[in-house]
Amino acid sequence: MVQKLDYLRESPSQTAGPYVHIGCMPNFTGIDIYGGDLGTSMKTGPVQGAEIAITGIVYDGTGTPLRDAMVEIWQPDAAGLFPSANETRGHPDPNFVGWGRSPGDMTTGEFRFETVKPGAVPWPDGRMQAPHITAWIVARGINIGLHTRIYFEDEEDANAADPILTRIEHQNRIPTLLARKTNGGEYRFDIHLQGPHETIFFDI
Amino acid sequence: MSLINTPPKTAGFVPRDRNWQPDALTPAYKTSIKRSPQSALLSFPTTLSEETSPVFGHGLLGALDNDLILNYAKSGESAIGPRIIVHGRVLDEMGRGVPGALVEFWQANAGGRYRHKKESYLAPLDPNFGGCGRTITGEDGSYEFRTIQPGPYPWPNGMNDWRPAHIHFSIFGHGFAQRLITQMYFEGDPHIPLCPIIGILKSQEAIDALIAPLDMHRTVPMDSRAFKFDIVLRGQRQTYFENRKEGM
Ligand SMILES: [Fe+2]
Repeated sequence: MVQKLDYLRESPSQTAGPYVHIGCMPNFTGIDIYGGDLGTSMKTGPVQGAEIAITGIVYDGTGTPLRDAMVEIWQPDAAGLFPSANETRGHPDPNFVGWGRSPGDMTTGEFRFETVKPGAVPWPDGRMQAPHITAWIVARGINIGLHTRIYFEDEEDANAADPILTRIEHQNRIPTLLARKTNGGEYRFDIHLQGPHETIFFDI
Repeated sequence: MSLINTPPKTAGFVPRDRNWQPDALTPAYKTSIKRSPQSALLSFPTTLSEETSPVFGHGLLGALDNDLILNYAKSGESAIGPRIIVHGRVLDEMGRGVPGALVEFWQANAGGRYRHKKESYLAPLDPNFGGCGRTITGEDGSYEFRTIQPGPYPWPNGMNDWRPAHIHFSIFGHGFAQRLITQMYFEGDPHIPLCPIIGILKSQEAIDALIAPLDMHRTVPMDSRAFKFDIVLRGQRQTYFENRKEGM
């Protein structure tokens, strides 16, 4: 016998279920207790950098939009700084929240985030990663929240040098991680849980 | 801005144990079949994007946010059902308390009915029960809230599947890598071994980790019973030898 390593185990995940919006976006479901939902606005005033919007739909393996999902995104400001207690590299844009949460449209399932184009942040060895946004998807039928990343189709040079994108074995799946510029500051990023266009999900 | 090129001082998070956490595809829980990715997840060590997380200050909270008995009730009235207190700590895998963590919770009413327009169970709504609350953990990671014990409810999966009484939890840690949604069950509920959603868990130990025991020490005599539910988030690495390049 040896000594015990007194570590705990992470709580097991369980699905967010069909009513995640009651708990996380109650005003969206008509329950007004908090006076508004968290994560509906990513800006508290004028922000630095390029303002953009990202819209998309989460599809299941049959191509049907999810109407009971919740998508969260988390990103740095335009200078690559996170509005987080763990940010030690400088002072992030005080008017930028960095975090957004969307219940998706009740009939179409479309989510939308009005945000800024993120700056680049370093890889652990100091090399820069391509600008990206972390996305996290939960819903009924999803047993453990799915992490992915939103990169930008119009950041070709940065994408070509990105430590993660360059190490992906199936390079033909990289477009599933790229937000497509549709018009001005508008980007499209659909998420496919399954099927031929299945989004690359991360264990990170 | 050369500062931005400085490698992070935050330490990474230990990998999620995928042999412990449920799989994406669990056919007995039918909805997972078409909502589960089929390709392998792409594994990478955490970076700043996952080692940082939004900050939620205590100023966010209203006085009744953690009191589901009163937070939707008309003045002078309260939600119907067995009055309970749910308390515990948010910890990381190293056993450290996680302070300042936003914890959100939602549940059915005492009859097993959610306040939602897509909900069709015939049990009645309670006009004084909204079904959601939230709080932020204290310095030692502790939290508590007051509510009514939710009822079990039937759901369309098999021909006669019932969910055990449960409360849903959403938890933020200090890094987005720790983001977690789970459910709390109640000690002694005979539906626990029958539930296909609990059945996705890979061991009895994992099931036990989500069952809150009755905690008589924290009851309020003649008022409310108490259940204890600790939540464990991924651990943050800590070592003096971190990020040290060879030869240094
Ligand atoms: Fe539920």
